[in-house]
Amino acid sequence: MSKKAAPLDYLSRWPLRLWLVLVAIFLYAPLLTLMAFSFNDSRRNIVWQGFTLDWYGAVFQDSDLLTAFGNSLTIAAISTVVSLILGAMVAVACWRFRFPLKPAFEGALALPIVVPEICMGVAMLVFFSRVMPWPDDLPWPFSLGAIIIAHISFSFPFVAVIVRARLASFNRELEEAAKDLGASEWRAFMDVLVPHMKPALIAGALLAFTLSLDDFVITFFTAGPDTVTFPVKVYSMVRFSVTPEVNAASTLLIVVTVLLTAIGLKMQGKDVAKMEGGQ
Amino acid sequence: MSTEQPWSRAKGPFAAVFTAPALWLLFFFLVPLAIIWAYSFGTTQGLTDIDINGTFSNYVRIADPVYIEVFVKSLWYAALTTFLCLVVGFPVALAITFSSDRQKVWLLLLIMLPFWTNLLVRTYALMAVLRTEGFVNDMLGWVGLGPWPLLHNNFAVVFGLVYVNLPFLVLPLYSALDRLDRSLLEASLDLGAGHIRTIFEVVVPLALPGILSGLLITFIPALGSYLTPDLLGGPDSQMIANVIERQFKRANDWPFGSALSFILMYLTFFAIAAQGLVAKRRKGLEQ
Repeated sequence: MSKKAAPLDYLSRWPLRLWLVLVAIFLYAPLLTLMAFSFNDSRRNIVWQGFTLDWYGAVFQDSDLLTAFGNSLTIAAISTVVSLILGAMVAVACWRFRFPLKPAFEGALALPIVVPEICMGVAMLVFFSRVMPWPDDLPWPFSLGAIIIAHISFSFPFVAVIVRARLASFNRELEEAAKDLGASEWRAFMDVLVPHMKPALIAGALLAFTLSLDDFVITFFTAGPDTVTFPVKVYSMVRFSVTPEVNAASTLLIVVTVLLTAIGLKMQGKDVAKMEGGQ
Repeated sequence: MSTEQPWSRAKGPFAAVFTAPALWLLFFFLVPLAIIWAYSFGTTQGLTDIDINGTFSNYVRIADPVYIEVFVKSLWYAALTTFLCLVVGFPVALAITFSSDRQKVWLLLLIMLPFWTNLLVRTYALMAVLRTEGFVNDMLGWVGLGPWPLLHNNFAVVFGLVYVNLPFLVLPLYSALDRLDRSLLEASLDLGAGHIRTIFEVVVPLALPGILSGLLITFIPALGSYLTPDLLGGPDSQMIANVIERQFKRANDWPFGSALSFILMYLTFFAIAAQGLVAKRRKGLEQ
């Protein structure tokens, strides 16, 4: 085929293709190696000895690791729901109302996004050990309360940013029309505004869930001995050595992440197409 | 365009949406920060008591060469990481911008997927690859080189920071390049400028605000990194976050740790303000 590439079609140029391949190797080779070696029949984890599922067996026997995994998913689920509600509420408040000190409030709301994780982590450590000690003897899942609170604090401003961006494209006349036709504030909110926010809510939920599942530093400072999450548990295992069991556990987490992302993208797909078509 | 309603005209609905998030932010974010801010002006009394007596001694202690060195090193690593991410990521962002819609989805997914993967898992994967008995040294061994010490040193820290932060830069770069007016690029090429010259003299100046905010988004998390230097670094590759952690856990000197945290926060705010200032000045120039 002798079709000449368009001048700006950079992707068809070989140096750029080579670069992309190298970047892909850089990004994926470590992860793929990790996944491959989770099936390796050797404790020393260096040379390929043959296929085994023993390490996955070991993961499913390891009750600490399973508890940690369950904790992580529970924390992420609760934190996502609360962050979604708080984030959507504050986005609507800032979008709809003018109130005193609004710029200062918006600045404070952006703080959790920009403050370094370590600073927020130590602040939470101090808060939950001096101001509001979280009782250790609460039944599960209430024992996870401190971690959940910390996760909500850094997640809901992200949700607010996403929802606010979506609200900018809302036609206020729709809400007024609903009210003129006799809908109450609540009805207008639920039947007109919430459907408009839906794509942003899905995107926000996906982000909040990932942020919570991914967080190590802040959890590390708020977790007690009985409230270990998956990253904190893996961290303590990694500190000792690189073992195939950690490889297997990590592979499981990667699979969960990829599945969640795929589901999220699929749910979003239609709405995103709609959003982009509207712009 | 949007007409905001004064809150006093609809107190009920305003209170309904504003109260809960505002109180949450106050109690579970601003109060904890305020406490460590107060602690940074205190001294430890005995094992657990902290006497907030308005002393500046914690801030004076940071002027010790040991801690100055940690700050300088952290700033240098963060800057180097950001620069390397730009060098590696710019061609990728360029390729994504000018690809077809179908390719774009896949290329973005290629960048996003590691980004969604747990940070600890990614760091652990690097540990396994860079070890003396790791994959990279195996390959070097086949060609008769090595083994090189690739883990637990400063090289590993910067390598790891680039690995972890690359998607942070590629995504904003892509969104900045995607907004460019393509006819300007085509005009530059038609008028005889080469591709390299077009990139440096047309693309970069036009996309500069977006590039700068991408650099900031990469620089801030890199500066506050804890996990990467902790797991990949050696004894001399501690960054600020590691020193802060030690004050709160092993050294048990909370006031000093609080002062270090606030210096790190001020550095972050300074970086944000500097970027904002540059963006504002450029806007002024354009008008």
